Amino acid sequence: MDIVVLRGVSFAYDGSPVLSDIDLSIKEGDFLAIIGPNGSGKTTLVKVILGLLQPSAGRVELFGKPPGDFADHGKIGYVPQKATHIDPFFPASVEEVVGMALLAGGPARGPSGKGTRDRVLRALETVGMADFGRWPIGRLSGGQQQRIFIARALVTSPRILFLDEPTTGVDAENQTAFYDLLDRLNRREGLTIVLITHDIGIVNKHVTSVACLNQRLAYHGSHAEFCRSEVFRDMVSRGDHLVSHEH
Amino acid sequence: MQALFTYGFLQRAVLAGMLIAVACAVLGLFLVLRRDAMIGHGLAHIAFSGVALGLFLHILPLAAALAVAVAAAVAVMAIKDKAGLHGDTAIGIFSSLGLAVGVLLASLGRSFNVELMAYLFGDILAIEPVEVWLTLVLAAAVLVTVRVNYARLLYMTFDRESARAAGVPVGRLDTLLMVLTAVTIVLGMKVAGILLVAALIVIPAAAGLQIARSFRSAVWASVAVAVGSVAGGLGLSLALNIPASAAIVVLCFIAFAAFSLGKRGGGIRPGPK
Repeated sequence: MDIVVLRGVSFAYDGSPVLSDIDLSIKEGDFLAIIGPNGSGKTTLVKVILGLLQPSAGRVELFGKPPGDFADHGKIGYVPQKATHIDPFFPASVEEVVGMALLAGGPARGPSGKGTRDRVLRALETVGMADFGRWPIGRLSGGQQQRIFIARALVTSPRILFLDEPTTGVDAENQTAFYDLLDRLNRREGLTIVLITHDIGIVNKHVTSVACLNQRLAYHGSHAEFCRSEVFRDMVSRGDHLVSHEH
Repeated sequence: MQALFTYGFLQRAVLAGMLIAVACAVLGLFLVLRRDAMIGHGLAHIAFSGVALGLFLHILPLAAALAVAVAAAVAVMAIKDKAGLHGDTAIGIFSSLGLAVGVLLASLGRSFNVELMAYLFGDILAIEPVEVWLTLVLAAAVLVTVRVNYARLLYMTFDRESARAAGVPVGRLDTLLMVLTAVTIVLGMKVAGILLVAALIVIPAAAGLQIARSFRSAVWASVAVAVGSVAGGLGLSLALNIPASAAIVVLCFIAFAAFSLGKRGGGIRPGPK
């Protein structure tokens, strides 16, 4: 089943084209890496899919509906680029941060109900952060904060998870643990994952498909075919912020 | 001080002051964290033109100020979006206009008098009975509205983009927050006055943030500072015959200074983004 469908989607900021004529389908259970150089439209593409930006042309469907008509937001988990959106000094506990996603859609009263807290704790257990519930979010390391934001994205039991450059500022050891977690969620729990990155190397052993973007969709297909493709060889030879890792 | 325990009207005035303090502290926390702290100052200036309009037209100044401040709050949001202005620019335009229109109306109506001074510097003990009831009802309505939208407001204040992706109607809630702030500022005029009411929005929230380890604890600490300062300020005013508004603001600042100096590893703020 296709969870996301884009047909002929274009987007421009103040007349400058960012996305041109994108056709893309994301199937349930996929682990898709969207790669491309800086400014290639990766973040814009995800924002268009989520309905945060309106395309200037084309059609977008999320679970069979245009994003504007889509109301079941619990099916979607989203972790935006951390550095540009989060105030690390915000006075919120880890439990409060995770609980936000659970309470935002309903008649939001506050993170106090037992059912809410149980779900928050389960999400924290999933990312291995169950002991940090009372900690202020600002006291955690970059890698730990990213796990918390994943927990927040998972707390509504989504069917698709969007992650935008999730390991920016995270050290190498924690990056490996982080991608292992994504791998587990995708393979064992069947969660569809869409990962924006400019580092295809680190995700080489995890993703099932790759979308290569540079305003237009240069490639979309399986990871194995991508590694044999001309697009991949060109990118590696240019060193387009891509890192090739042997696995 | 004896009067406070003798007259029911005074007790209601003090109760109204407490409710306003709670509303200011809770809204202030959201505004400070959104870096919109000066909105309170701007809306207070805008409310001044409403007070002057009320005195000019001989209608209840508090009601006129409410209408003007709420209309301006909605207009600020609309202009901000349409003209692509930053929030502080839009509020700067409207606050200056509000002050200018207020001075013009007061001058035309020859109403630069004791009543206008009471709004500029606050005098809750001179509050009219109808204003007490209006304040009680509206302050309670502000607090209930914040309570109902608490999680959504918290989410969009912490991470606006994720909140949007989660279906939180951030645009509508921005306007709601501005309207609630406008109502609270107008109600707070009688407590602290137009010139000092913004302090009730900013200082208790800033004080609470010095020691908070969670948003919930920040709310309680801010409310405690605001309510304690209003109660203490009114008490000092009655006991020492000094202006209540100034006493309240000074007490707020003392709490802020004490929390700032006293924190040892507690609290997360202040810090750059």
